[in-house]
Amino acid sequence: MKPRNFKLRHWLAALPLSFALHAGLHAETVARYGISMADIPLTTGQPDRGAGAYQFTGHTLYDPLIAWEANVGNRPGKLVPGLATEWKADPKDNKKWRFTLRKGVKFHDGSEFTADAVIWNLDKVLAEKSPQFDAKQSAQVRPRIPSIASYRKVGPYEVEITTKEVDALFPYQLPWFLVSSPAQWEKLGKDWNKVASQPSGTGPFKLDKLVPRERADLVKNAAYWDKSRLPKTDRIVLLPIPDAMTRANALLNGQVDIIETPPPDVLPQLKAGGFKLVQNVTPHVWPYHFSTYPGSPWTDIRVRKAANLAIDRDAVVKLMSGLATPAKGQVDATSPWFGKPNFKIGYDLAAARALMAQAGYGPSKPLKAKVIIAQGGTGQMLSLPMNEFVQQSLAEIGIEVTFEVVELENLYRHWRAGAKADINAGKGITAINLGYVTADPFYAITRFTDSHYVAPNGVNWGGYNNPKVDAALEKIRTTFDSKTQDGLLAFVHQSMVDDAQMLWVVHDVNPHALSPKVKEFIQAQHWFQDLTTIRM
Amino acid sequence: MFAYILKRLIYAIPIALSVTVVSFVLVYLAPGDPLNAIAPADAPEEVIQALKSAYGLDKPVPVQYGLWLMRAVQGDLGLSIASGREVTAEVLSAVSNTLLLAGMAAAIGVVLGCILGALAGYRHGTWIDKAATALSVVGVSIPHYWLGLVLTILFSIWLPWFPAMGAGPGGSGEWLWDLEHLRYLVLPALTLSVIPMGIITRTVRALVADMLGQEFVTALRARGLSGGAVFRHVAKNTAPTVLAVAGLQIGYLMGGSILVETVFAWPGTGFLLNTAIFQRDIPLLQGTILVLCMFFVVLNLLVDILQPLIDPRMGRS
Repeated sequence: MKPRNFKLRHWLAALPLSFALHAGLHAETVARYGISMADIPLTTGQPDRGAGAYQFTGHTLYDPLIAWEANVGNRPGKLVPGLATEWKADPKDNKKWRFTLRKGVKFHDGSEFTADAVIWNLDKVLAEKSPQFDAKQSAQVRPRIPSIASYRKVGPYEVEITTKEVDALFPYQLPWFLVSSPAQWEKLGKDWNKVASQPSGTGPFKLDKLVPRERADLVKNAAYWDKSRLPKTDRIVLLPIPDAMTRANALLNGQVDIIETPPPDVLPQLKAGGFKLVQNVTPHVWPYHFSTYPGSPWTDIRVRKAANLAIDRDAVVKLMSGLATPAKGQVDATSPWFGKPNFKIGYDLAAARALMAQAGYGPSKPLKAKVIIAQGGTGQMLSLPMNEFVQQSLAEIGIEVTFEVVELENLYRHWRAGAKADINAGKGITAINLGYVTADPFYAITRFTDSHYVAPNGVNWGGYNNPKVDAALEKIRTTFDSKTQDGLLAFVHQSMVDDAQMLWVVHDVNPHALSPKVKEFIQAQHWFQDLTTIRM
Repeated sequence: MFAYILKRLIYAIPIALSVTVVSFVLVYLAPGDPLNAIAPADAPEEVIQALKSAYGLDKPVPVQYGLWLMRAVQGDLGLSIASGREVTAEVLSAVSNTLLLAGMAAAIGVVLGCILGALAGYRHGTWIDKAATALSVVGVSIPHYWLGLVLTILFSIWLPWFPAMGAGPGGSGEWLWDLEHLRYLVLPALTLSVIPMGIITRTVRALVADMLGQEFVTALRARGLSGGAVFRHVAKNTAPTVLAVAGLQIGYLMGGSILVETVFAWPGTGFLLNTAIFQRDIPLLQGTILVLCMFFVVLNLLVDILQPLIDPRMGRS
């Protein structure tokens, strides 16, 4: 009996070892992602480099109070609980919003997420005198949370945010506001530059390694609070490869597994090589934004409508090798905010010429217009070929377009100034071509249609002013039922289309190319993508 | 010699100062705003003003320049507006990557250039001469960007021998001198080497051909010296000029090639400059240009010191 017991004891003792060996045998799954940026976006909390950067160092490392559902691809996402489990406007004072915070959530450094952390983070980006105020993070997020007037802690897991005016769309601003760890900032000597290499959030990934301009390694946070969003890949390596051709070569060569925005010319080769091309409806539009100030040739609605009917959008999509969809308005026709416009945007040269004739223009009396465009850059798609296509199309109905070609950064200056400003009107510029993100009601609709946001107060560039639209927008701000909100937004959108506020050409589809090794990647109908869905 | 080096170092100061002034002015003359690197396109005026104040961009340009210069002479090149990281660390890391690439490209370019040039010079008028000349003309004329892409398609995709991009499997910070890492260097170095190779080939060819026709070579041959011994004399006489040309070429390589480093996503000074230019990141741009300028000055100084050591006549003159 003795020897038998001896054996059993040894078997039991060997169990932990065998478990350890088994764990060791589980190979780490790695996805290498070639991103189109020249550097890794900021890792301290609020990423820089625009909306597209949130998927990399924003919603991976951090969480917002209210999140955007980005792990579905077959329908538009919606607002979902993030670090706040509930939120509602005070029925007595609609400017006050109460947020109930999630309990038991820990930052990557082990500290606890509480109401104090929320207040500390709001101070970080809004209170210039607070010690943790970070001008760079503030610059990224302040324009995206313009409604916040004040905030206070109500309890250990409850905060109240007061808006400047009653704003029922306020929750849409909160997916942009991310919460970083106060304890980590303290631990690292209150130095945001040090936090950048050792960030701590509550997100589904932790930062394992950061080599500026070269790579960032995100590793799975196995203790993530939302078990439905546990990363399906152990490690995601982000590699900045700004040149599109180099990204495609790296994918073909097997150095990366996923790339953003493959160049259209390489698509046939990628498809032939067994690589998958993933694209989806994306909140982006590539329009000509008209000036409707006196003196602009676009003040006549017939001219604006004629321009919209003169573009063969299918041909533009072909020019883009299929990496776009024809635009019928500011948002995609599947959006709940699209509405039912009476003016049907399409390709109808005869109708376009008839409208031009009614407006008093034709081959013998062409209309001349100057449009400011960028030579390229983020969101501008294939700027020059596409603009030349539009130029040729408009020439066919008697609109002679000349371009003022500038760098993207300079174009933004012209955009912020508004059509009336001397740098635009003084130079005869009456339209601007700029890719617009249309991710939420404010970004898609309000900022371009509200007469209060006429530049320089906002980016209603062309001075659009429709009292019915203003009234509807006012009503949206005080309507807390999301279905009624959507209905009102649809009314505003259909007014934009019926007024032909812009010349809408195409929507981006945010294409990704994947190696056959990638088994799953759900592309959301948004600029926010959920990297937890990548499975190798 | 010490006085000579000191004098050349003193000359470098006004050159560096001029470079900083010119680059500062040029950046401000270009359209756009440094704040575009950090502020979203639709940032309201109050945010823009707060940022300007935070980064000292609300001060007059000469004041901004003066403040920057005061810190720069103390070795502090400031913080990058876009990334918030220290410019000195950013530039040094990029410079070390470019040194690696430029060193390899220079080695290929100078060695091949000297061999091809000498062959062409010795076989003046033959098919070897014509082939070497044609190769050098192609090397000088071919666009870097295009060659980089073609080499990638050939040797990275069709024949998967070399990586298509990057500076090592773990990034440049984990560089090792082993075969795995050297594979990353081959294609960008080869692409970058074609211009110096072409220029050096042409220079060496002309010098060797000229030298072989000179009386002292005829005299050496008349004295019965072997071909190898005559070659040594020819090489020694051509070396100072070749060294001067090679020094200039290596200087250009040190500046990094924006296009080659972009095509291969090589994190060197060219890549850094490209990013800084597009983001109007003035501190980063200033710091990079200053360091590169100093590199050029030091490299030329080294060439000036080496030349009299090879050819004592230059020292006497």
